[in-house]
Amino acid sequence: MEFITRFKNALFLIVVLLAQAIALAMQVRAPVDSAQADGRNVRLIRMWATAAVTPFERAAHGIGWGLHYGWSDYIDLRHVRQQNKDLQQQLTRMHIEEAAIAEDALQGRRLQALLAFRESYVGSTVAAQVIGDSGSDRSRVLTIDKGSHDGIKPDMAVITQDGVVGKIRDVDPTTAHVLEINDQTSGAGVILASTRIRAILRGSVAGRAQIVNLTADSRIKPGEQVLTSGGDQVYPRGLPVGTIQSIAPDPDHQPYTAITVRPAVNLDRVEEVLVITGTQPDLPPAAQQDLATAEAQHAADLSAERLPGLHDDQAPGATGVNGAAPATPATPGPTTPPIVVIPHPLPPVHPDRFTSGTTPPAAELTPGGPNAPQSPPPASQQPPAKTSPQSESPK
Amino acid sequence: MVTRSYMSRREVEQQSFTLPVAVFVPVGAILLQVLLPRLIPALAILDLPLIVTLFFAISRRSPIAGTITGGTIGLLQDVLTSQPIGVNGMAKSVIGYAAASLGSRIDVDNTATRAILTFAFSLLQSLLLYLIERRLLGIRFNVLWLHELLRAVVNTAVAVPVFLLLDRAKHQE
Repeated sequence: MEFITRFKNALFLIVVLLAQAIALAMQVRAPVDSAQADGRNVRLIRMWATAAVTPFERAAHGIGWGLHYGWSDYIDLRHVRQQNKDLQQQLTRMHIEEAAIAEDALQGRRLQALLAFRESYVGSTVAAQVIGDSGSDRSRVLTIDKGSHDGIKPDMAVITQDGVVGKIRDVDPTTAHVLEINDQTSGAGVILASTRIRAILRGSVAGRAQIVNLTADSRIKPGEQVLTSGGDQVYPRGLPVGTIQSIAPDPDHQPYTAITVRPAVNLDRVEEVLVITGTQPDLPPAAQQDLATAEAQHAADLSAERLPGLHDDQAPGATGVNGAAPATPATPGPTTPPIVVIPHPLPPVHPDRFTSGTTPPAAELTPGGPNAPQSPPPASQQPPAKTSPQSESPK
Repeated sequence: MVTRSYMSRREVEQQSFTLPVAVFVPVGAILLQVLLPRLIPALAILDLPLIVTLFFAISRRSPIAGTITGGTIGLLQDVLTSQPIGVNGMAKSVIGYAAASLGSRIDVDNTATRAILTFAFSLLQSLLLYLIERRLLGIRFNVLWLHELLRAVVNTAVAVPVFLLLDRAKHQE
């Protein structure tokens, strides 16, 4: 009894530590896999704690959100016109690139069909806002404002427009926890974009995303893009994960290398996310329509390249080089003569004396006379604007 | 003339807090810990719950109270993370016990002493978390000790003004 009285403080500490150690042992299994859903009791405890904290997080998020958008939408509007102009140019470039990519996509789908490969596309998503996190740099967990009432379930992939954020870990009725890909308990199947090497991406205590199951390979270089492989049944295939930042030998795990991946998403600044609530074997209808449009556009461009003379940019009603249908007059006048379209070759890049339009007409030439020196036409010579036969006659 | 009494230093300087302070200050620290990194991600390095644990432990100077305070705050922290519940609880239980034990032996009202204590206990917590995660849970990782050193410095810098602020909530017995 005297012993207990004398060492009651130390004994109390030991009892507390022992109780928590037992609780830890009941939660984890060997090897530790805390990315898995918790047991029922632990889940309840976490749910209660989340329910207690969430109102404060929502309030703080709402205040911060209001201040942020009040500033960015009404006050800080500098450079918006220039950004809009840049975005318009970018959109134009992307339309052109889209046409080229469409053919590759179609070819890929044909090959997949030949191989009977089943790919899953993002079918449905739920947009959510990040309202909180774990508050510790040892644990990379986000809290979002959508839960089971919105169809969120554990192990659903969470993405942004830039790439993968993580997956759903715990779900409450109105909130859910997202385990980020750089959390120490996180894992994802990935593939290196150019070398097509499959690997497993894991997080670390320091919050780095790392590939640790590959041996040294000279083909793997920093800067290579890392995509989801789809093999983990969580993340759909082909989503950007990040780029390889560094490659170094793993001292604790020889002969493997520690490949650090810079996430495509700034995981410290995630504000809005998309939770992938469903996948489907085919492209969504809207995407299929876009693909068909892009394919038709690409086919038209190919025709324009192969038959350049059939497109007369100067013809009335022509809209440009993209092959779009010319605008049809709503009420054509009865006196309008039918226009005969005669194909013209495109202007030569390097005109010379054989170029059409540079030779004098036969009426001006003298039989047996010397050839007059021909001056090459200017390089900027354009084809005749008119398509009637008269306009083609030399002057 | 100095008046000496037969009461121990611990009995003389043991301090208590009102129930609202004892409840809302730790809860507020945990809430701030959750909210602040959303605004400034770099603040995730800060450990406000540790600072509050240290303050209550060295003020009350009761190892049992320190253990309970540390354990409770640590468990609340664990609940909000992806870690198994008990990791921070165990670490902060030890921190609370040790801080309270030291608090009854040295002058903890001195600012320099508080700063040194915070720095040392921040490093001790990093070591404890490393031992719990690596040895007890078997999670394979390397600790970035430079980062932990920086964490200790940041915690110390924040703890000194926070301690001065919380001193106003003390009730001298």
